[in-house]
Amino acid sequence: MSDLNKPEVADENGHYHLRLYVAGQTVKSMAAFANLKRVCEEHLAGRYDIEVIDLVKNPQLAAGDQILAIPTLVRRLPEPLKRMVGDLSNTEKVLVGLDIRPRAFLP
Amino acid sequence: MALDPTSGPALPKARTGIVGFDDVTFGGLPAGRPTLVCGAAGCGKTLFAVTALVNGATQFGEPGVFMSFEERAEDLAANFASLGYDLDGLVADGKLAIDHVRVERSEIEETGEYDLEGLFIRLAYAVDTIGAKRVVLDTIETLFSGLTDASILRAELRRLFGWLRDRGLTAIITGERGEGQLTRQGLEEYVSDCVILLDNRVEDQITTRRLRVVKYRGSAHGTNEYPFLIDDQGISVLPVTSAELGYGVSNEIMSTGIGGLDAMLSPGGFYRGSSVLISGMAGTGKTSIASSLVDAACQRGERCLSFVFEESGDQICRNARSIGLDLKRHVENGLLRFEAARPSLFGLEMHLARMHRDIERFQPSIVVLDPISALRGPNSEVQATLLRMVDLLKIRGITAVFTSLRTDGTFEDDDDLGLSSLMDAWVKLVSVEANGERTRTLYVIKARGMSHSNQVREFQMSAAGIALIDAYIGPAGVLTGTARVVQEAEEHAATLRRRQESERRKREVFRRRQGIERQIAELRASLEIAEDEEAVLVTEDEARDTVMKKERLIVSARRGAAE
Repeated sequence: MSDLNKPEVADENGHYHLRLYVAGQTVKSMAAFANLKRVCEEHLAGRYDIEVIDLVKNPQLAAGDQILAIPTLVRRLPEPLKRMVGDLSNTEKVLVGLDIRPRAFLP
Repeated sequence: MALDPTSGPALPKARTGIVGFDDVTFGGLPAGRPTLVCGAAGCGKTLFAVTALVNGATQFGEPGVFMSFEERAEDLAANFASLGYDLDGLVADGKLAIDHVRVERSEIEETGEYDLEGLFIRLAYAVDTIGAKRVVLDTIETLFSGLTDASILRAELRRLFGWLRDRGLTAIITGERGEGQLTRQGLEEYVSDCVILLDNRVEDQITTRRLRVVKYRGSAHGTNEYPFLIDDQGISVLPVTSAELGYGVSNEIMSTGIGGLDAMLSPGGFYRGSSVLISGMAGTGKTSIASSLVDAACQRGERCLSFVFEESGDQICRNARSIGLDLKRHVENGLLRFEAARPSLFGLEMHLARMHRDIERFQPSIVVLDPISALRGPNSEVQATLLRMVDLLKIRGITAVFTSLRTDGTFEDDDDLGLSSLMDAWVKLVSVEANGERTRTLYVIKARGMSHSNQVREFQMSAAGIALIDAYIGPAGVLTGTARVVQEAEEHAATLRRRQESERRKREVFRRRQGIERQIAELRASLEIAEDEEAVLVTEDEARDTVMKKERLIVSARRGAAE
């Protein structure tokens, strides 16, 4: 399934730069990171990097990416910028949100 | 903390610096608590919030955070620059922080459970950076359109308001008015300390803004709907002052600038701080008399504020020149200010609010309303408005001069707007029509606390000013104008005739007396002649007697010798 979609959605490099905003080591944050890691390993193995930003430590970074909800995943690359809130437990939505799977495929 | 509004210490309050609002709430918003400001679109919620925030930062040393969910910081700064608020400058000085929270549903995918910790962190960061004491959230309900999970949002909002309270932040939360409740999302459930409702009502095509304090936990507050005003000077609320008549009075006398009118009032003018009504028909000189009063006050160095509803200030200055008053000079000196507005421009409440604000700013000692009859509306409302205006001026010890146009110039009560009892003095101008001409007359109907002339005086307006002339009061009735002149001429002629007649009679008597005296003299002359004659006769008689005696002696002597 992933092979089918890869050429359509990834850019030339096919590199994903993802930023996960969390606030401390909360249950939701931990779950979000675990879910993200799993999805990426499944679909983007070897061509992604995840930057985790803890807003408790760096509160000044919240305004820049318009962070409101925690946890929030921001897809910096490839363009355009995408934003997802929640613990990323809904894998289908995550895949659509990351443009790994086209929206039309969503049941 | 238990609140006891009756016996406990007064609730700490944060002044907003909004003219009037701090009076209505006896000190401002509840300090360290959230306040909900709600109202329909375009009723001034954001302006209210920004004003309280900016005033806090500039006047009360309380920096503030403005968290905008709708407008971008740049737009906000541009919008409020027109009111003279330098938001960018305040931000640069560290007195204000603006954070625009962009909520766009299309950009946000919800993929599971979340909370709004990000918002808390942003707010906390902004608050801590500048040491903010005040926070505005404008309009937090936007979150409901950006995020779908209302149950999470509600829980988080409840947490947010609790958090604001814990931090001791004076917060203003704005909310759009909803159907059947104060806000669309029922924010009033969470923010229950103080709720302020702004309203923008249109009646007879005239818009009036009103503000009401719906609730204010732990504090007394004015419960009425107060009109408020938004214009280039910002926002101002008109407190409907209490109906107490506890104002101080002045015994100082203020000349009217018209010598004859001063003379009609025993102390030589009106009391300072009293309200004076000048009523009369069209063209009887109401504005001219008011202008004289203003000119006299300005010459004494007092400040005058004139609200004119039918003319522009320049026009009044020009017209006053024709009676020898140079009002322009006072305007240039800053002693006199005209505020001209068509009565239909605002509703009565707004007029009142505007006048209230202008009076607060200008601090005049005389206020002129010319004419109050131009204020249109249901009679009860007009009267209530003017009553409040009179109170407002009385409390401040400002002398009020009202002019009122009377349509028929009669004594009927229904055209005085029920005002006569509010007025301390009432000068009535009547145009008397007779002999094909109109003559201006004036009389003082009442002047509280002073004896005054009860006579009708004729007055004339010329380049030399307004001059009062004693009207003719004689057996033929009261006459004015040419009739007075004619009557005076007639009287003069009659007097002359009388004098001539009497002189003629005097002369006649004189002549008669002279005649009698002449007769007396003649008689006296004849008397003298008679006396002379009498004397001669007596002398002759005596001589004859002597001769006869002598002869008898001679005869007897001879007879003796012969014997």
